Parts: sequence; C-alpha cells; structure tokens
Amino acid sequence: MIFSHIPVLQVIVPLVAAPLCVIFPFRKFCWTVALAATLTSLWIALTLLITVYAHGPITYELGGWAAPWGIGYRIDILSAYMTVLVSLISSVILVFSPRSIGAEISNARAHLFYTLYLLNLTGLLGIAVTGDAFNLFVFLEISSLSSYALIAMGQDRRALTAAFQYLIMGTIGATFYIIAVGLMYAMTGTLNIADLAQRLPEVMETRTILVALAFLIVGIGLKIALFPFHGWLPNAYTYAPSVVSAFLAATATKVAVYILLRILFSVFGPDAVAAMPIAQPLMILALFAMTIGSAVAIFQDDAKRLLAYSSIAQIGYIILGISFLSVTGLTGGILHLFNHALMKSALFLSLGAVFYRIGSVQISDMAGLGRRMPWTMAAFVVGGMSLVGTPLTVGFISKWYLIRAALESGWWPIAVLVLASSLLAMIYIWRVVEIAYFRGHPEAGADIKEAPLSMLVPIWFLTGANIYFGINTGDTITAARAAATMLLGGPQ
Amino acid sequence: MIIDAFPPGLVLVFGAFLLPLLPGPVRAAAILLLPLTTLALIISLPDGNLVAIPFLDYELNPLRSDKLGRLFGIIFSIMAFAGGLFALKQERVAELSAAFLYAGSAIGVAFAGDLVTVFIFWEMMAIGSGIVIWSAATPASFRASMRYTLVHFAGGVVLMFGIAMTIVDTGSIAFEPMRVGSIGTWLILAGFLVNAGAPPLSAWLPDAYPEASFSGSVFLSAFTTKTAVYVLLRGFPGTEILIYIGVFMIFYGIIYALLENDMRRILAYSIINQVGFMVTGIGIGTELALNGAAAHAFAHIIYKALLLMSAGSVMYMTGKRKCTDLGGLFQSMPLTATCGIVGALAISAFPLTSGFVTKSMIAQAAVDQHMLYVWYALAAASAGVFLHAGIKFPWFVFFQKDSGLRPDDPPWNMRWAMILFAGLCIGIGVHPAPLYALLPFEIDYVPYTGPHVVAMLQLLLFSGLAFFLMLPLMKRTLTLSLDFDWFYRKLGTVAALAVTDKISRIRNRAEASGRRLLDTTIAAATRPVKPRGALARNWETGSMVLAVTVALGLFALLFF
Repeated sequence: MIFSHIPVLQVIVPLVAAPLCVIFPFRKFCWTVALAATLTSLWIALTLLITVYAHGPITYELGGWAAPWGIGYRIDILSAYMTVLVSLISSVILVFSPRSIGAEISNARAHLFYTLYLLNLTGLLGIAVTGDAFNLFVFLEISSLSSYALIAMGQDRRALTAAFQYLIMGTIGATFYIIAVGLMYAMTGTLNIADLAQRLPEVMETRTILVALAFLIVGIGLKIALFPFHGWLPNAYTYAPSVVSAFLAATATKVAVYILLRILFSVFGPDAVAAMPIAQPLMILALFAMTIGSAVAIFQDDAKRLLAYSSIAQIGYIILGISFLSVTGLTGGILHLFNHALMKSALFLSLGAVFYRIGSVQISDMAGLGRRMPWTMAAFVVGGMSLVGTPLTVGFISKWYLIRAALESGWWPIAVLVLASSLLAMIYIWRVVEIAYFRGHPEAGADIKEAPLSMLVPIWFLTGANIYFGINTGDTITAARAAATMLLGGPQ
Repeated sequence: MIIDAFPPGLVLVFGAFLLPLLPGPVRAAAILLLPLTTLALIISLPDGNLVAIPFLDYELNPLRSDKLGRLFGIIFSIMAFAGGLFALKQERVAELSAAFLYAGSAIGVAFAGDLVTVFIFWEMMAIGSGIVIWSAATPASFRASMRYTLVHFAGGVVLMFGIAMTIVDTGSIAFEPMRVGSIGTWLILAGFLVNAGAPPLSAWLPDAYPEASFSGSVFLSAFTTKTAVYVLLRGFPGTEILIYIGVFMIFYGIIYALLENDMRRILAYSIINQVGFMVTGIGIGTELALNGAAAHAFAHIIYKALLLMSAGSVMYMTGKRKCTDLGGLFQSMPLTATCGIVGALAISAFPLTSGFVTKSMIAQAAVDQHMLYVWYALAAASAGVFLHAGIKFPWFVFFQKDSGLRPDDPPWNMRWAMILFAGLCIGIGVHPAPLYALLPFEIDYVPYTGPHVVAMLQLLLFSGLAFFLMLPLMKRTLTLSLDFDWFYRKLGTVAALAVTDKISRIRNRAEASGRRLLDTTIAAATRPVKPRGALARNWETGSMVLAVTVALGLFALLFF
C-alpha cells in the first residue's frame, strides 16, 4: 500500500523531481514538474495532518530498519503543521514564479532555479518529518546549500557577497549543530530523537551535554537569524530574487524555529529546559530583536530590506512566545510561525510584482503606485496591517496570544513592548503607504500597468488567507494549541 | 454561531464600500436609503444578545440590543441620514464612503456586547474619520488627518492593552459596567477618554475637525465624541473622577472658544465643552444624571450638526471661515441664519429647544446629590456656552458689520438637512416625551417648571447683556496680537512690560534649550538604528563570527 509510505514520499517526491529539471532544462517543463511536485507534497502534508489528528503520531522506518539502527521518521502534530505550512507557501510561490523568474533570472539558468527550489523544499520538509538528529542535519545542509545558491542568483552583484556571507554563517550554524549532536551521541550512543529524550536525563548534568546545549542554541539561533545572529539576513533577503526572498522569509527561518522547538522540548524536554537558564536569555534576545528590528526597519529606503528587518523583529515575537514556556505562549509562538509566513510571503510577493513592473523596490520609486497598481498595493496594505496586528487579520490573533501569555506570566512590561513594537511596525508600513498613495504627480508613470493576473491571484490568495485565518481562527489555533500542549507534555 | 438579526451598523459599513461603484442617481438614492434602512432595522430589534460568534476562546456578541444602545443607534442613523442629505452634492465620493464607514462603526460600538467588538469598531471609526478629514484634499487637512489618526491609534493601543489586561483578570470579554481599580480598567477608561476629547489629549479635536470639508465636519461632530460618551455611560457610570474631568472640559471648551476666530474652530471647542456636560453627568451616576447625559448626547448631536451645517453652508457659499471676514449674511442667507440661530439657542439651552429639556437633567441631578460646587460650575458654564456659541457664532457670522458678501442660501439638499434638524431641535424642546421614552431608565422629570424657566431665562438674558456690553472687548480678541497688546497696554506700566518681556525671553531660552535637548536625545537614541548606525549597517562576516563566538562562550558560562 502506497499510503503506508506516505511519510517518506513527503521527501522523495520533490527530491526526485529536482534532477528531472537538470536533465530536461526547459523552463516551462521544469515549472510544471516543480509545481506538480509541490502540489503533491501539499496533498501529502494535508493527508499527514489529517491522519495525525485522527490517529496520533506516525512513525516510519526507512528501509524497514528499526529505529536505533535505521533512520526513523516521526510525524506528530507539529511536524505535520510545518509540512503543511512549507508546502502550502511553496506551492503558492511557484504559481507566482514564472513571470518573476523570467524577469529576474536569465533563461539559461531558469531550470537550475527550479532544481534548487525543489532541493530546498526537500530539505525543509525533511527536517520536519525526520525523527533522527543526524538525518536532520543532512536535510538542514540540503536546504541551506540550495538556499545559498538561490540567493546568489539575484541580479544585483551584491547578491554574491550576501550569499557568501550567509554561506559562512549558515555553515557555522550547521557545524555547531553537528558538534552538539556528536557530543550527545558520545554521551548517549544514539541519534534517534526519541531515544535521546530517554537517555539524556541521566547525563544532563555533565559538562559535555551542557556544552552541547550551548552549541545548539547558538547554532540554531544563527539559522533562525535571532538577534544578534541576524547579520546575514538583511543582505540575503534584499539581493535575492523576489520569489526566493518570499520563500526563504516564509519558510526557512520558520523551519529553523521548528528545529529549536524540537531540540528544546522533544530532545531535552520541558522540565530540563525550565530548570536551565535558557528561557530568560532567549526572552531578552527576543525583546531586543522585536524593538531593534522594527526600529531599524523604519529608516530603510529599500522596501525589501525594510521587510527583512521586519522579519528579524517578527522572529523576535515567535521566540518571545516560546520563551514563556507556557501553553499560551507556545501557542502564540507557533501561531505566529504560520501567520508570519502568510503575511511575509504576501508582502514579498507584492514587492515582486512591483519589481516586475517598475524594476525597483526603492521606496522613493514607488510614488503613485497606489493609483497605477491598485490591487498589488492594496495587497501590500492588507499584509502590512496584518504585520501591525490590526483586528480581523492573522497578525492580531498571534499578538493577542503573545500579550495574553505575557499578562498570564505577570510580565506586563513585555506586553507593553509587544504593543510598542507594533506601533513601530505601523510607522514603517506607513512610510511605504504614504509614498505609494499620497506622493507623486497624478499623471506620473501613466505607462505603469497593474501586475498580470498570474501574479495577482497568488498574492491575493495569501492576502485572503491573512484575513480568512484572522476571522475564522478555529483551525490554526486548534493545531497550534495541540502542538504546544504536546511539546509541554514532555517527550513522547 | 447564532444570528438572529442583522447587525444594523454593517448596513452602512457595507454600503460604504458599495457607494463608489454606483452611478450618480442610484448613489444619491443609496445615500439616503442606507441610513433609513439602518434606522428601521434598529427600531425593529428586540432586546437581548442577538448574534453570537465564537472567536478565540470566547464568544463575541456583536449585537446586544437594549435601550441605551438603541438610543445611540437611533440618533447615529438619523445623523447619517441628515449628514448624507447635507453632503449629497459633495463631489468626493471617498468622503461619503468614509463617513458611512465611520457612522456604521459608531453604530457597531453602540450595539457591541463585548470588549473585542468594541475595539474592532473603535479602530474602524478611527480609520473612517481619518479619511473623512483627509478627503478635504488640502495640505492642511492631510497633515491634520495624519495627526488625528496618530492620536487615535495611540489611544487604540492603550484601549487594547486595557482590554487585554481586563480579560485576563476577569476571564470574561463582556462589556459591562466596570469599577476602576486595576490597571486594565484604568487603561480602558483612558482609551475611552481620548476619544471623548478629555484632557490632556483634547487638542486633536479642534486641530482636526475644522480642517475637514464643509460637509465632513458635520459628520465628525457627531460620532467620535458621542461614541465615547456612550461607552463611558455603559462602562463607567458613577465613576467620580469623571465629574472633575467633565467640569474641566466644560471650562476648557468655553475659554478657548471665546478666544477663537475661526467659526468652525469655535464650534469644535464647544464640542469639548458640551461633552464635558455629559461626562460630568456620567460621573454623578444617578439614574437622572445618566438619563440626562444620554439625552444630552442625543440633543447635542442634532444641534451641533445643525450649527456646523450652517457654518458649512456659509463656507460652501463664501469660501471664508474667519469671523473677521464674515458678517451681515442674514440679509442674503435668511434660512441659514435662522437655522444657525435655532442651533445656537438649542446649545444655550433656551426654553422650548432641545438643549433646555436635556441639559437641565444633569444640573438637577447635581442638586439632588447635593453637589453644590458642581451645580455652580454647570450654571456658570451655561452662561459661558451662551456667550461663545449662543451669541458669538451667529452674531459675528450673520450680523455685526456688513462684510459686503451677498451669497445665496445653499442648494436645496443642504437647506432641507438644516430644516430637518432645526425642526428636531424645536420639536424635542416643545414635546420631549418621545425622547424621554427612549432613555435607558424610567423617568418622571418635568423640565418646564416656573422657577426653572425663569432662572434659565435670567441667566441667558444677563449673559447676553454681558456679551453686548463687552462687545468692543470681544472684537479685540479677534486676532491674537491685539489680545496681547491690550493686555499690557491696559496694565500700562513699563515694569509689567519689562517683566513679561523677561519672562518670555526666559521662556524662549528654556524652550530652545529644551528643544535642543530633545533633538539631541532623539538623535542619540535613533543613531544606532539609522542606516549607518551600529545596528543597521552591514556587518563584517568577521565581526559576526566574533559575536557568535562570544555568545557561545556566554551560553556555556551560563549553563555551568
């Protein structure tokens, strides 16, 4: 029965589709293959989510080898949630991609874009489904290496240095991770996450494990771009092709957060985490990320760079939610994972459409676009409102949970900071809105046309999702809370 | 999810998005029919929570129908109708759309049964009203709308924070009377008071409203502050501090209105003054006082809109807005002048007008509670209202000198809107029973007693006398420089001049150095996050690696 192999198909489908694009380097063909592969992934992910809902976690042994020896895949509610998130966003972005890629990446390299995109997807999905700490590293490297190359495809020559810098920092992050896994392996003799969780408590007090933990937090922090490890991110997002920025902003950092959640709660367990000074430093870094990221974003002239700094701030929100170590806080963090992916992909894609039409995303060049590209800019405004946290958008829901978590823990100054940084978000979104709607001569740029439908439909799909999940909050909250409860319920 | 009735506010909200899509004549019909449909819906609503929507862990009740909510819903929809009629010829559809969004959201607040719904409609009001101001399409109105929305979003953040804390405290999102005590309830109160135009943030109102178009300011006068009165009535009846805030607002409004020269700015200050009466009534908190505050809000919306319509008509026909540029218009604009005078009499609480039958309830409530000083203040303020709004506005605009302007009365739709509201002002004043029947509490109040009428007439006559006796002085205040001149010429001593000179020089120096300090502080605080600042510039790979190494060391130290 093919259904019993669904967990591995989640990874195999995009992995197999990737080389097809190299073998048959025709742009249209590659796009079709990539789209088919991601849509299949999405279908598989949804099936997994439904199955996990109904029957609990799924375990799958690769090649029939039992867990301690072979590699085990383990899909629980959080993994399924992540696979749905990643494959959903990547499908929408692929629908958007053909024209944007046509404009930003030379014909000769278009097929390589799709190959790398699929490999990246493979890595991200693999991280979510695997139950093996070393296998996770392998997928992390697959996704990281492909993302370096994807960023380097940007038109601007600075994309090369940005990619190189990310390569160095990302590699350090991954190396830290594998060093930590090695140390844990030395102490416990296992790489399987479930086994690690069982054996770690005995050796928890040893220096080896403590050092491993420090390596893990810093290493994963680098991949998350948590302040102050965020240095690589602004350039990478600014100079990468539009669709790549959208894809990485929406998925790559989110999956890195997933790794952090896995390591902290599934490997070490909530009790060990609560006993160690982990949450407090993370909270402090998160607060810095929130305020500094938003404040820097206000002064940016490049809209993509502005969104990049805003991402750093939003990652702060996610980590803040996690650092409360409470069900409400974790629910807020996990919700914001999903919600931020929705808003940022919508925002980056609308900038992609702007770039497609005017060849720039400098804020000063966007004067009068509110009239020329009404649908694109309206999507940007809705995405921006979601980022600010206006009611009836997803942004409100996640902020609501974060504020509630802060108040429940009795830290109301943190709630104040969350709100203050939303006001900062309002300022930087407003800067774009003001220029696009209120500046520029009414007659200027009369030749600029609205973005084509093939771009508007995916943009508005995501924008609509921002509103839909902001009103009909049942599904996402149920999933996020189930994941939060599971993580805090200790390793299973 | 339960939906037993359609939320009436949404008729206007959806209508707002529909208006720009409709062709001319259909749009005119829609502008008049949408508010009437809303009014009909409101009147037909039974009591109770009619809509329940699950949201997060709670249940939203966006349609709680009771007497208080219905009273405000009715007046808001009447106002939307008259405002729509008045603005029928307004060419900028954006303004009408925004005004309907604004009115619909205000009605939404009036029927909100939970705090989250209150907050959502509250923010929609801020957006709608901001666009109304912006629609005047002058540079001044653009800047004013920016300042306006900024104040209101800041107020919204305070409100949201208070709501979140209160919900965490009490576990319930229901919008019920609250006792101030916890930080959360204080913040909610503060958020509400920002919209009421209470100090210290009252400046947004006279700053923004006069910058709207001739029809925009009519809408603006009705909803924001009165919605604030409604939520205070619902949430904080009998909160003592509101008495003092209210009295302060009363006098703040009077003093600034007396000093002002722009006719619409006079009326804007007088909104603060009138809302002060209502806030005081809410603070007193007896059934009579609350009835009085609610009734006064009802009457106030009508006569203040009427006054602004008459000012708007003058502006529409002449293009001028300063008292010093106007005068003698009663000859060519008899209807506008008459309606303006009716509004002026109503705001002064002249017997046989709506103001008389509503404001007196608040004063009576103060008497019943033996609040002597509050009563004194209210009586003195009534005289002050007559001075600044009752006489000053019509006198300088329609009489006084002959400015040489001979504009006609405005087009038919504006005339009818004014006639409708003038009729309501007198109708309520002559026959208050239907309004009394709508009030939230049972009432057996008789406004027309001999002593009361006589006392009010005396008060008005003497303050009227005072106005004309001091007329030369009132004229002098028309420009600010004259005002200062007069001040030290009257004192007449070189010493005083030297002292004021000295004081102002010290003040200037203090202000300059304060400003420098502020500027350098802001510059220092933002330097790191500006493009070349330490936190915003591109980091060298090497320094990033160094940061990572240090962090690793710190974490390792921390864990040992």
